[in-house]
Order: sequence, then structure tokens, then C-alpha cells
Amino acid sequence: MERNYSGERISEIELRLLIEAIYLKYSYDFRDYSGASIKRRVSHALSQFECNTISALQEKVLHDPMAFMQLLQLLTIPVSEMFRDPSHFLAIRQEVVPLLKTYPSIKIWIAGCSTGEEVYSMAILLREEGLLERTIIYATDINPRSLDKAKQGIFSMENVRAYTSNYQQAGGKRSFADYYTAAYGYAIFDKSLCENVTFADHSLATDSVFSETQLISCRNVLIYFNKKLQDRAFGLFHESLCHRGFLVLGSKETPDFSAFGNQFEPLVKQERIYRKS
Amino acid sequence: MNSATGLPSVEAIVIGASAGGVEALLSILGPLRAGFVLPIIVVLHLPEQRRSHLAEVFARRVSLPVQEASDKTPVVSGTLYFASPGYHLSVEQDRSFSLSLEDRVHHSRPAIDYLFESAADAYGPSLAAVLLTGANRDGANGLAQVKQRGGLTIVQDPQEAQVATMPQAALDIHQPDHILPIRGIGRLLVELERIAC
Repeated sequence: MERNYSGERISEIELRLLIEAIYLKYSYDFRDYSGASIKRRVSHALSQFECNTISALQEKVLHDPMAFMQLLQLLTIPVSEMFRDPSHFLAIRQEVVPLLKTYPSIKIWIAGCSTGEEVYSMAILLREEGLLERTIIYATDINPRSLDKAKQGIFSMENVRAYTSNYQQAGGKRSFADYYTAAYGYAIFDKSLCENVTFADHSLATDSVFSETQLISCRNVLIYFNKKLQDRAFGLFHESLCHRGFLVLGSKETPDFSAFGNQFEPLVKQERIYRKS
Repeated sequence: MNSATGLPSVEAIVIGASAGGVEALLSILGPLRAGFVLPIIVVLHLPEQRRSHLAEVFARRVSLPVQEASDKTPVVSGTLYFASPGYHLSVEQDRSFSLSLEDRVHHSRPAIDYLFESAADAYGPSLAAVLLTGANRDGANGLAQVKQRGGLTIVQDPQEAQVATMPQAALDIHQPDHILPIRGIGRLLVELERIAC
């Protein structure tokens, strides 16, 4: 058995040391991420980096910032799609947009925007509802490469075909192809969608609130956090949202069991659309 | 280890199933008595739909309380849990659930490997893992991991399985503690619970 005196396995010790080392050296804080997922991603990284132990990986990333940037790509999860869960976007259109229209100007925060799929989905929806011109969108993520990709707005046609069906089910009013130019197997999205989008580096684990907002979308990000970090994120959202502001989450996420459980009330519970109470 | 049966005392049971899995699971879980104390956590491959009716279907046919496993909620004894379609399900060290959207494994999300590997970490020797009928290779690595961490491993006899591929794939890389037909697996779970009480 691979055990030390305290009974903790060596690989568990190494994992905690790696996470701590990354925090001390690069200020990326994965200490309160869900353990099982981080562990899986680090063991995947071991084979990618051809390291036999997590300690060997730690040495590599501590001494080589480029290696760390590579590891960061494996530690964050750039898995996203446009109009994921179409009924969620349909509910935003039907239940949230009429209320958003009452604001003279709107600020939206897309927290953990990854490679931008949620940003373009939201921008398209707002344009069709006549709100995009008076909206500022803050799209934040911890991964600079994901943010670069989000800014470029280029997605593979193969994926865009699946997004087209999502878009239609989400109550899309036009032809999805109106929003992009297809070339060489890629779809280049209309730059004007992002005129009022600010892409920025922001960590829900270490940074604070930067603006008052009317709507925050943070979908399939909180599931990677432990309860403590989820509470921190809900605290930031609560602080940023205006009175009666909207919080929209991924299909398996809820503030119900968090420290802010009674600070948000469901507007469309099944679609994970909440309002600050 | 219980000397009369040679079975260990476990704190949780994980089950993986794919094609043919609904029937196999109903045969195993249907007869379990109300008040069965061990938590049972199931990954069953299904087409990814937004809302699955698995929990409802099983709630009508099984005496245990049935739930979809929710993110960051504790594993409660005596409950039958199903992984949500479209999300991987893991058990954390503190024995709470975590969901994730990492890439599919063996074209599957949820993947049996994710549940088995994380539960092997969380429970070590106090885990029993059961791999049933299916048409892919998911679960084989996870089962080997359970064994490596000292847990009990059970594979449905491929000869009896509706689709033999999945149990056979597990047997190809790992010698489980038990290879059993459905009836035998049901009896083994009852015995595991008796020892755990």
C-alpha cells in the first residue's frame, strides 16, 4: 500500500502541494475547486507532460511559466456550446427580457465565459430583442487563451451546425447564418455583436466585484467549486446585482443550499433563473 | 472481512450499466427491502435528454428512496441515486457529490469510470462496485481502480448479460472478486447490507 504515517496517500499530498505551488507562484487559486475533477485533470496532465509523478509536474510548472500556461489549459474546462439548454434561453427571452426592457441601460456579467459561446448566445438574443445597443456585457474568465478565443469569435462549422438547432429551439427569430460568415470549415461571428463586450481577466476565487449589474450569467462554472468557493461566488453575485437583479445558472446549479439561499428567489426554477430577493 | 461469507463490510455500492441496463437494474434493485441501509449510486448510460425520468421510473418499482444526485449534496445512506444525463458524477473525499461537464468518456457522459474512480478514492476498501450489461468499454478502468484501492468488485456474467461487451471489457483487464448472474448479484447486495448493519 502506498501510505505514509498519517495515512494520507502520497499522490494526495502531491496534489495539494501542486495546487498550493500554483497559487503561490502564479496566483491562480484552485484550492477550493472540487477535488475529484481537479485530480482527474492533473492525472490527465501527467500523461500530456510525460511526468511520472505530480511532484515532477510541479517542478516543471514552477520553473517554466510556459509550461504552467499549458497546464492551465488542462485545468480549466473549455467545454461549452451556444444556446446550451435552449429552453433556458427561451425562458430568458420570455420572462427576463420584458423586465430588462424597463432599464434605460443594462449591464450584464458573464462570469466564466470560457471561449465565448455564452457571450455570443446572449448578444444574439439581446440584438433580436432590441437591447444590445444599450447593454454593456462584461465577459470574464481566468484563462487568457480562452478569452482570446472568445474575442476572435471563430468557431468550427461542425459545432455551429449543432448550435443552429439550439438557436432555433431557443426562440431564435432569424436564420442563425445571419450572424456569421462561413469560411474554410469555420464560422466567423459578426464583430458588431461584441461592440459593447468587455473581455476581462477575473477570478471568482480571488477577485472582487467590479461593477453593478442587472443580470449575471454563470453557467456550469460553480459545479467545479467546493461549497466554500460557491458561497464566495454567490456573495460576489449578490453584491454586484442591483435590487431585483437576475442570476442565471447552469441546469444543475442552484443557490438553494448555499449561504445565500434565502437571498435569491426563483423566477423560473426549472430553467435556473433567479432574482435577488 | 466477515469470516462466514468472506465478504467485507462496505459503506457504499456503485453500479454501472449501459445497453440492457434498465431491466438488469430493476431485477437487482426491485427485490431490495425498504430500509436497505447502504447508499447505492448508479450511472446508467442513456441518450442525453434534458430531464430524465429514470428516478421516477425506479421510484415506482423500488422500495428505496430514489433521487438524482445533486451537486455538492452529501451521500445519504439508504438512498438510491442516479447520475443526471449529460453530466459526469463523482464522489468527493467528504462523500458529497460533484457534477462536471468534462469531455465524454467512451462517448458517454455520465461515464461509469468517473463515478467508480472517484468513489474508489472516497471509500477505499469500503466500496463495492458492480458492472453490468453494456455495449461499450466504460467502467473497466474504474473497476480496476476500485480493486486497486481495496474495494470489492463484481461483474455480471457476460454469458448472461443482455450485451456482453462491457462486462467482458472489464474481465479483459481485471480479475474481479465475483462474476455472477443477476440473481447472484442481488443476493450479494443483500448479504453486503446484512454485514454492514
